[in-house]
Amino acid sequence: MKFDTPAGTNPIDQLKVVGRPTPRIDGPLKTSGTAPYAYERHDVAPNAAYGYVVGAGIAKGRIRSIDLAEAKAAPGVLAIVTADNAGKLGKGRMNTARLLGGPEIEHYHQAVAVVVAETFEQARAAANLIRIDYARAKGRFDLDSALKAAPLKGDSSGEGSSAPPIDRVGDFDAAFAAAPVKLDARYTTPDQSHMMMEPHASTAAWDGDRLTLWTSNQMIAWGKGDVARTLNIPAENVRLVSPYVGGGFGGKLFVRADAIMAALGAKAAGRPVKVALTRPMMPNNTTHRPATVQRIRIGCGRDGRITAIAHESGSGDLPGGGPETAVSQTKLLYAGANRLTAMRLAVLDLPEGNAMRAPGEAPGLMALEVAMDEMAEKLGMDPVEFRIRNDTQVDPEKPDRKFSQRQLVECLRLGATRFGWDRRQAKPGQVRDGQWLIGMGVAAGFRNNLLMKSAARVGIDRKGVVTVATDMTDIGTGTYTIIAQTAAETMGVPLDKVVVLLGDSDFPASAGSGGQWGANNSTAGVYAACMKLRESVAQRLGFNSGDVTFEGGKVRSGNRSVSLAEAAGENGLSAEDGIEYGDLAKRYQQSTFAGHFVEVGVDRWTGEVRVRRMLAVCAAGRILNPIAARSQVIGAMTMGVGAALMEELAVDTRFGFFVNHDLAGYEVPVHADIPHQEVIFLDETDPISSPMKAKGVGELGLCGVGGAIANAIYNATGVRIRDYPITLDKHLAKLAAIQTQV
Amino acid sequence: MKPFTYERATTPADAARAALRTPGAKFIAGGTNLLDLMKLEIEVPRHLIDVNGTGLDRIEATPQGGLRIGALVSNTDCASDARVRRDYAVLSRAIVAGASGQLRNKATTAGNLLQRTRCPYFYDTNQACNKRRPGSGCAAIGGYSRQLAVIGSSEACIATYPGDMAVALRVLDATVETVKADGTTRAIPMAEFHRLPGTTPHVETALVPGEFITAVTLPAPLGGQHVYRKVRDRASYAFALVSVAAVIQPDGRGRAAIGGIAHKPWRVEAAEAAMPRGSKAVADHMLAGARPTRDNAFKVPLVERTLAAAMAEAKAGKAAA
Repeated sequence: MKFDTPAGTNPIDQLKVVGRPTPRIDGPLKTSGTAPYAYERHDVAPNAAYGYVVGAGIAKGRIRSIDLAEAKAAPGVLAIVTADNAGKLGKGRMNTARLLGGPEIEHYHQAVAVVVAETFEQARAAANLIRIDYARAKGRFDLDSALKAAPLKGDSSGEGSSAPPIDRVGDFDAAFAAAPVKLDARYTTPDQSHMMMEPHASTAAWDGDRLTLWTSNQMIAWGKGDVARTLNIPAENVRLVSPYVGGGFGGKLFVRADAIMAALGAKAAGRPVKVALTRPMMPNNTTHRPATVQRIRIGCGRDGRITAIAHESGSGDLPGGGPETAVSQTKLLYAGANRLTAMRLAVLDLPEGNAMRAPGEAPGLMALEVAMDEMAEKLGMDPVEFRIRNDTQVDPEKPDRKFSQRQLVECLRLGATRFGWDRRQAKPGQVRDGQWLIGMGVAAGFRNNLLMKSAARVGIDRKGVVTVATDMTDIGTGTYTIIAQTAAETMGVPLDKVVVLLGDSDFPASAGSGGQWGANNSTAGVYAACMKLRESVAQRLGFNSGDVTFEGGKVRSGNRSVSLAEAAGENGLSAEDGIEYGDLAKRYQQSTFAGHFVEVGVDRWTGEVRVRRMLAVCAAGRILNPIAARSQVIGAMTMGVGAALMEELAVDTRFGFFVNHDLAGYEVPVHADIPHQEVIFLDETDPISSPMKAKGVGELGLCGVGGAIANAIYNATGVRIRDYPITLDKHLAKLAAIQTQV
Repeated sequence: MKPFTYERATTPADAARAALRTPGAKFIAGGTNLLDLMKLEIEVPRHLIDVNGTGLDRIEATPQGGLRIGALVSNTDCASDARVRRDYAVLSRAIVAGASGQLRNKATTAGNLLQRTRCPYFYDTNQACNKRRPGSGCAAIGGYSRQLAVIGSSEACIATYPGDMAVALRVLDATVETVKADGTTRAIPMAEFHRLPGTTPHVETALVPGEFITAVTLPAPLGGQHVYRKVRDRASYAFALVSVAAVIQPDGRGRAAIGGIAHKPWRVEAAEAAMPRGSKAVADHMLAGARPTRDNAFKVPLVERTLAAAMAEAKAGKAAA
């Protein structure tokens, strides 16, 4: 189905199933521990041996020699694969560093061997017996110093956020120089780890030269291609199966060492092998969100209108990698005639930087939305009003290009009312509650809506059961449920008459899960396949497809009514189709918007920051399932608390690695950090986005949260911190001195 | 994890004898720290002596009017004991400030005392660490040291003792009772139980090989206001950046021990005389000679402010009482 004109009224608009709060249909499998995850495929690979990955102990250099003798002789060992015996390997299109290193080492914990043994414990014990002699080389590990000579670099995050190396509209320098009110500030965000619950894990089995990988991956079609490229085998010989994914956040967009090492280990051992990366391997072996150094300049008239805005960002990556696209939202979020964005990319020999939930916007808004708060204060304006004053309904770089929907102002106004924003004191450091200094902060949330083609196969059997098959993944987001809702709505059957099969590369290729594009595109693809199936049904029954209705498990035309089961017949009926997009995304800017409001308390003695309450008001097109969407947004808000207050991969700039590489050292929020969250979705449909009229929310919920928290902290303390995470050590010295006399 | 042998001891003396008999043996009770370290091959015991059957799981009154807490009393049971809550509230509060409910259910009194540092370089076997491999050096010095020691450290080690319970035991002047393989017993004051790193950071306590902890004894109650204030980046389930255990008397005299800043719970009795003069005077004295790193210099003023918070809390508690 080609989608090239705005959607009119269609079967989804009935909203009998779509749009209703629906508990996830895969919930019972998950709560009973029976959803099969990649490392637990006893059902299909019951005799799998265990692979344990050895990571490089240096960041850069060479393996001089590697001694496997002791490890090979250890109990239970079946095979050991290193670069010496793996055969010639290629590299995936999505990978920057090779997934099996040696003799050259590109980053710390780069896989250099996999040990396969009968048990996990044997494999791990043997792995510790491998003796590697390294020749260390000098590496570049310090972002600040590497950025000094870093070139301009444009790129796309691959997840919808992009910017050219440098982009000028109007004359920024002149307008900024002339502006009566100005801000010029530097902000930094740290490297962050996805730290999803389920580690990267795969079970591999060969049948001759054909490989099946039960894995945990967000993008099946990308993965299939990259596995083939890495192993130098034809893509048609690779099958990826990933029906359940225990969180990804972008860390599983790509094939990683678990999959390749499982495949190599299985080949060497001659039997299925499973590999899970251990938690301490995650930060340095896999990808992470790169740190940024950002400079923002804003010039305003005294009326609060932005006349000049510049956002420059620098980040680093391995040779051949890309920048964190932290400036991209600044091209679209606020009005202003004179604009400048630029990105620089330094070469670093730290582990590979890549997409993490809302790449670009997440760190970009952590800077921009603090800059907006600072500017509002300089202007003596309320920060909500300042944002509203600079709203734009058109692409500020191309004013003839409208936003398909843009309700940022409505999000901010409703949020301010619901949050009690009028109780905020404009002057910081004014509100106390016992030991707590109290502050409120606001930020705009912004994230683009991406259109990706997506296909599915839909069938009806002789019992009237509708089965959807697509390689789309459910990474914990609720995809199974919204796809079932879409099929139920379109085919006119109850939800329990729909079966959804996901995550198998033998199924039609979908948009996959990333960049918050999964929900809208994958359901639009299912809708397209359902519409084709409806035509087949009508045709088989000899009905005129123009006046057919599908309702209550029946197909009606005029006074004729036939059950779907009967229409399907003994052999059933099936149709395959997908959604493909025309140029609507060129003609309109499609984005999602939010107003984030946060109240924090800062301990006046210790400087500890604790969030007290949070509100997100989101405008993101039709909400397909309010329960699942709310879960996405509160999860993202929680991640925003982590980003603002605690998450940071600490870099050892001498040895070139992330030091705090486990969950004791890399802190993420716990329940006690998240006392109260509220989410409101504006009633919105966006007919430009797809026949579903939906957009994404999974990343929107994160975008802006960090800035809102930073602004609330400033409002509480009067101390502005521009370096994340905002830990107590950064403002402690500036908090009022206090001591106790007994 | 290296293969190891395993036995169960049924009496404390058995446990001590077994440990001396088998080089490279370790006691195991809750295993909440040891098992993790074994998986990472930071601890590589050849033999485990399970001491859960030694019957040391009771809290009893002592003739001196104090409490004797058996080595195997779980953190949960100790923290929720009515006598501990009433007379040694600082201990109860310190315990519940640590770990998680699940861990406290498994962790024991003796095991908690013996938990090892959380220095990230100790945990990464690619890195030099004098605790893990004596003589290999200390990668933490000059590295990422935000969590690490600001006082009492050495050229060989800047790790901290990570626990909470021991900080309260230190302020209460508890003693650690032990039995050795030859059957002799001794009582080690908390002040002497944990050691500073010096040139031998792998030697963390006063225990000799085979020596087995049987109990921790609390002297008669001190009265006063009991406060445990733990400062951390998130609200729960994190090690202290700084913690303060304090017992403050109605007349303003008191005592305080600090966690999170040294290789042992940090207490300077001589500094406590300054308590009536205020938190700054006490903190200045306690931290005289501190040698923080660039990453953890904030801990010095944080100690002062946290002590001030603890004293304010005690003052408020007194007012409310």
